[in-house]
Amino acid sequence: MRRMLITTGATLAGVTLLLAAKPHRAAVLATPPPAPEGGPTTSAAGPADGAYRGDSVETKYGPVQVEITMAGGRLTAVRVLKSPSESGRDREIAAMSLPRLTREALAAGNAHIDAVSGASYTSDGYITSLQSALDRAHG
Amino acid sequence: MAEPIRHVEHAMGTVFSFVVRAPRTPSVTAALAQAVAWLHHVDRVFSPYRPDSQITRLAEGRADVDACDPEVAEVLRLCAEIGHATGGAFTAEPGGRLDPSGLVKGWAIERASDILHRAGARDHYVNGGGDLQLRGEAAPGEPWRIGLADPHDRSRLIAVVSGRDLAIATSGTAERGAHIVDPRTGRPSTAMASITLTGRHLTEVDALATAAFAMGEAARTWAEAHPRIEALAVAADRSTWCTPGFDGLLAAS
Repeated sequence: MRRMLITTGATLAGVTLLLAAKPHRAAVLATPPPAPEGGPTTSAAGPADGAYRGDSVETKYGPVQVEITMAGGRLTAVRVLKSPSESGRDREIAAMSLPRLTREALAAGNAHIDAVSGASYTSDGYITSLQSALDRAHG
Repeated sequence: MAEPIRHVEHAMGTVFSFVVRAPRTPSVTAALAQAVAWLHHVDRVFSPYRPDSQITRLAEGRADVDACDPEVAEVLRLCAEIGHATGGAFTAEPGGRLDPSGLVKGWAIERASDILHRAGARDHYVNGGGDLQLRGEAAPGEPWRIGLADPHDRSRLIAVVSGRDLAIATSGTAERGAHIVDPRTGRPSTAMASITLTGRHLTEVDALATAAFAMGEAARTWAEAHPRIEALAVAADRSTWCTPGFDGLLAAS
């Protein structure tokens, strides 16, 4: 499983993987998520299963919004709800937004991360960060 | 196992996420409050944006180091050490004005982590703006798992690393454009989109990540020769490289 360090370009293999993962993703997302704001969202097993949507935030490239899915206390999917641009290329990139690593782990059924490292974000940038989504999911 | 204690704190122009896997005892609760207070203290002393911070007064010649908190001398000494160790790729005076911010955040996070550890909270992480100090484990027998954001689309991950007592820092252009200037040339560094460094102590790892980013392509040779550091870089053209030892940090899925 050490082959997962990859370039970020969309490869044919990547597209195939994404398509293969889609039914599984759909099944995860089709599960009615408990309302995160209604009652306790955490339990001994971790955060409640379901989708957690970040705020839509205006960036200089356009609106950005992401959603993560938690299942069994683990991050199992990342979706881009709004992509930064209307260009076909950017839509293609957005379609690839589920991390390849997560896709592979999804197939194995045990994807999860505890935190995210990335180029330093500001207070504003935090809002759209994956770390923010993780904090929110467990909040 | 009870849910870990979680806390999100806005300070130093960014956001700090604490996850502490410990019972909510009075000593742990007090340590978390102390760690949060520490971050705000560091901001008051070291912020180059506050007109009355000790760093601003030093930069403007309105004070000398002896009149400052002892931590100021410590930070300036650490900056000099990192500058020396990187052949000048790190400086406490980017742009010619005193601003040790490239070291202060990682140093402050590692100290905050130490406060928690001393109080008996041996399993925790502190994430400050994307730079992390990990201690202990996410669960008994399970290391922490940290996703590395894709610099070209930070809703994606490029890899997941796992570790116990590990520091992880990423420098890049993703958030604020080409904001890291190579002190040796005075020009923004543009060869890399981001570089992630890992090591044991975030004080060193965070400052070295800033220096490595400024180095550009030379960072690869430098990182491979560094005994305590592993690195993963994403170039502006989306190609990637990593040090041989980085492979051992990748989380099994």
